[in-house]
Amino acid sequence: MAKFSLTINKKNVEVDVDPSTPILWVLRDHLNLVGTKYGCGIAQCGACTIHLDGNAMRSCILPIDKVGNQKITTIEGLSNHGDHPLQKAWIEHDVPQCGYCQSGQIMSAAALLKENKTPSDEDIDIAMNGNICRCGTYTRIKAAIKTAAK
Amino acid sequence: MALIKTSVNRRSFLKSSALAGGGLMLGFSWLASCKPVTEEEILTLPEEWFAINSYLKIGDNGVVTIFSPNPEFGQNVKTSMPMIVAEELDIDWKKVIVEQAVYSQEKFPGGAFGQFSGGSQGIRTKWQPLRMAGATAKQMLKEAAAQTWNVPSEEITTENGVLTHEASGNTAGYGEMASAAVQIPVPEEVKLKEAEEFTIIGHSKNNVDGKQIVTGKPMFGIDYQKEGMLIAMAVHPPAFGMTLETINNADAIKSMSGIVDVFPVKIYKETYKRGYFDTNSFPEMVVVVGQSTWQVMQAKKEVEASWKPITPSTQTVNQFGRDVIVHTPAELENTETHNSQIDELMAKPMKEARRDGDPDTAFKNAAKVIERTYSAPYLAHNCMEPMNAFAHVEGDQVWLAGPLQAPGVIEPTISDRLDIPIENIEFEMTRMGGGFGRRAYSHYMVEAAIISQKVNAPVKLVYTREDDMTNGIYRPTYKAIFRAALDENNALTAIHIKAGGVPESPLFANRFPAGSVDNYLAEEFAIDSNISTGAFRAPRSNFMAGAEQSFLDEVAEEMGKDPIEFRLDLLKRAEENPVGESNDYDAKRYAKVLKLVRDKSEWATSNPSISRGVSAYFCHNSYAAHVLDMTMEEGRPVVQKVTCAIDCGIVVNPDAATNMAEGGIVDGIGNAFFGEMTFKDGVPQKNNFHQYRMIRMSEAPKEISVHFVDNGIDPTGLGEPPFPPIFGAVANAMYKATGERQYNQPFLKNSKILG
Repeated sequence: MAKFSLTINKKNVEVDVDPSTPILWVLRDHLNLVGTKYGCGIAQCGACTIHLDGNAMRSCILPIDKVGNQKITTIEGLSNHGDHPLQKAWIEHDVPQCGYCQSGQIMSAAALLKENKTPSDEDIDIAMNGNICRCGTYTRIKAAIKTAAK
Repeated sequence: MALIKTSVNRRSFLKSSALAGGGLMLGFSWLASCKPVTEEEILTLPEEWFAINSYLKIGDNGVVTIFSPNPEFGQNVKTSMPMIVAEELDIDWKKVIVEQAVYSQEKFPGGAFGQFSGGSQGIRTKWQPLRMAGATAKQMLKEAAAQTWNVPSEEITTENGVLTHEASGNTAGYGEMASAAVQIPVPEEVKLKEAEEFTIIGHSKNNVDGKQIVTGKPMFGIDYQKEGMLIAMAVHPPAFGMTLETINNADAIKSMSGIVDVFPVKIYKETYKRGYFDTNSFPEMVVVVGQSTWQVMQAKKEVEASWKPITPSTQTVNQFGRDVIVHTPAELENTETHNSQIDELMAKPMKEARRDGDPDTAFKNAAKVIERTYSAPYLAHNCMEPMNAFAHVEGDQVWLAGPLQAPGVIEPTISDRLDIPIENIEFEMTRMGGGFGRRAYSHYMVEAAIISQKVNAPVKLVYTREDDMTNGIYRPTYKAIFRAALDENNALTAIHIKAGGVPESPLFANRFPAGSVDNYLAEEFAIDSNISTGAFRAPRSNFMAGAEQSFLDEVAEEMGKDPIEFRLDLLKRAEENPVGESNDYDAKRYAKVLKLVRDKSEWATSNPSISRGVSAYFCHNSYAAHVLDMTMEEGRPVVQKVTCAIDCGIVVNPDAATNMAEGGIVDGIGNAFFGEMTFKDGVPQKNNFHQYRMIRMSEAPKEISVHFVDNGIDPTGLGEPPFPPIFGAVANAMYKATGERQYNQPFLKNSKILG
C-alpha cells in the first residue's frame, strides 16, 4: 500500500492503495466515482475511458503509480451541470439504450472534439473505434457527435 | 371507448391509503431529459403522497410518480411503460416522476413472470394492466370529484391532470382530489381510450434515465455500494465438463493483502429440482472475498485448485410446471466433435416435425433440386456490464440488488438454497448494462447470496470479463439443410428442412415457408451437451432466419424471380389458400412489411454500385423486413444503408422503438460478420474482446431508416424481431457484392481483430 495524491475533476484527493491499482478501480472502489465503467480490463472496449491531461485514456490499464501529477477528468467532471455539448447532444438524439458504455463513448468523443472541432465521418470512426456498444447505438453516437460539433 | 372489466386484476390494485411523503427519496433529475436541457425544471415535491394502486401515487400538488414494473436493460420499458399509464391517467408527462418498481408478486401479478424482461414480452403483456392502472386511477379521481361537487361522475372530463365539470364550472387538479380518491372503491369496470385519442402513446419521449446516464450517475448493479460491503469474485472450472475437487492454497490466498476469505461454494442443494432458468454448468466454484476489487482480482489469479471431470447425469427440470428430462454428458467437448456429431445425425433418420402433401414424390419427380447447408457457431452475449450481484443476508432476511431479467424465476432457487422463506427475500432491480437473454439466468444472484451468508456481510460479486465470457449461457450452435424441388416449369413444388444443434434443434416447423407450399417436410434432431446455452435475442430464430432467407433468395434466383416478389407470391398462397392448419404466422402482416420495405428502400430503382439484399422474418409475435445496401471497399463489405420495416402493432415510444430496431440491426450485422465462440476440450477459446470480435463504429451501417406499419393493433413485441432477419439481409447483399453465397457464420471469419 502507498499514499498517492491525485487531481481528479479539479479536486485534490488522497488515496492509500497498492501502487499497481489501475485508476479505474481507484475511481470506482475508493472514490465512489462509478461513472467510469469496467468492461474488459485490457483496454479493448473503451467503457473505462477518462481524460489524462485532456487526452482519452483507458483507465483499466493505467496504474496509479504512473499518473504522477497529470490531471484526471472523469465523466462526473466533464461539465459542471451535465451540460457539455456532447451530453446535451446525447440527450437530444436519445442515444443510450442500456447506457453502460455511454460515459466511455462520451469521454472518447470529448477528447476528439477538443482536438478536432469539425471531425469528418472518418475522423469519428477512427476516434471511436475503441469503444464497443453491444446495444448497437453507433449511428446515434455519430449523429450526436456531429450535432455537438456544430 | 372500450369498457374493460377490472375484476380479474383487482388483486393488483391494492387498497391503499395515504403515504407519508416528505421523507421519500425521489429521483427527479431525469426531468431535465424530457425537455430542452437548457430549461431544466425541477418539480416541487408534494407534502403528501397518495398511493392509488401498485403503479402510481399522486402527490397533493398534482405530481404523479409512476412505478415501472419491469426491469430495464436498454429496451426502454422504464420510459415506455409509464407513458402507457400516463396516457390513460390523462396526466401531463412533465408532471410525471418515474421510479423503478420493487419486485413484488403481490403488486404485479403474473407469477414468476409478472416482472420479467425478455422474449419481447414486456409491452405486449403489460399493455392492458398498465392502461387499466391509469384508467382506474382516473376513474377514482372522477368519482372523488363527483362526490365533492355533488355531480354525476360521467359528466366530469379530464385533461393534463385537471378534472373539470363544465356545467357547474368546477375544476380541480388531481392533487386536490388525491386524498379523496384513495377512499373510493376500485371501480368494477373502466373506460380505455381509443387509439385516436392518444396524446402520449405514439409521441416520442426521451429516455427518463438519459441525464443520469450521460453524467455517469450510479444506476447499474456493478455501481452498487453499501457501508461495509466486501467484494467477491469467483473462480469457475477451467472447462465445461469439469468441477471443483479441492482448493490447494487457501492459506496463501487468505494471507494476501485485503483478502478476507476463500472458500468453495455449491450453488444448489443435492436435493434441489432445478427450474428452467437454473441453467448453470458450474454449480461448484471457488470464491475469493476481500476489501477491494483490485485486491480480489490479484488474489483470484493466484488461486490453485484441483478440478475433476463431472459425472454424467440425468436431471428432471421443472419447465414451468412440466417436467423435462435433461441429460448432461461428461465429456470435454470440442467444436470439431460437435460438427462431426451434427453431420452424422444429419445423415440419419430424424424426428419428423411436420409433413404436408407428399414431399418424397415431389422431390423424386423434381426437374431440379436445390440443396444448401447452413451453419452457425455458439455465440457469447457479451453484455457490456459483466454479470454481478449485490447480496446482504442478515439472519433470515435477504436483500439483493443487481441486473437481472427475471427475479421471479431465481427467487425460489435462492429460498431453497438459503433455507429462507420467499417472503423474506427482497430484490432491487438495477438498470442492466445489456441483457439479450443472458440475465434471465441469474445464478450469480444465488452465488452472491450464499457468499454474503457465509461471510456475514454485504457482498458484491463481480465477474471479470473473462469470467463472463467463459461462464456463458451461449447461443447454441446449429446446422440446417434446406432443399427445394422445382418442376419442369421451374415452379416450386416442395420444401424440405432438416435442422439440428447442440443442445437443441433450431427448427420452427410451423413458420413460413410452411403453409405456402403444397409439399413440405420438416425434421429435426438435438445433441446433448454440458455446455450451458439459452436465450439470446431469439436464439433459434436468429439462426433459422439467416438460413431460410438466404435459401429463399437462392431459390428465387434459380426460378428467375425477383426475391421480394417470390416471397410475396408464397405469402399470397399462404394467405389465400394455406397448406395445413397450424401455421403460426399471419401471411397478410408478413407481406405488408415486405411491401413497406420494398417501397421505402425504392427496391425497383437499381443502382449498379450498390449491392442489395432483402430478408424478412416473423418471430415473437411481430414481423420485420430489411433491405441492406452494401459496397465493397478494399475487399471488405461496407454496409451503406439498412431500410427496415416492422409490424409490432401500436408503437408506444416511436424514437426509442426506432433506436431498438437500429440496435438490433447493428448487433445482427456484428454477429453475422464476426460472432463466434468455439470450444477445445471443454475450454471456451475466447475470453475477452481481444479475441472475441465485436462490431465497431466503422463497421456499423452509415444510415438506418426504420418504418413501422401503422395498423392500430395492440403492441406485439419489438426486442427480438428486427434482429433475426438481418443475418439473411447481410448474406444476400454479400452475394450480390462478391458473387459468393454465405453459408457458414461468421461471414468474415478470418477478418483481422480491431483493437
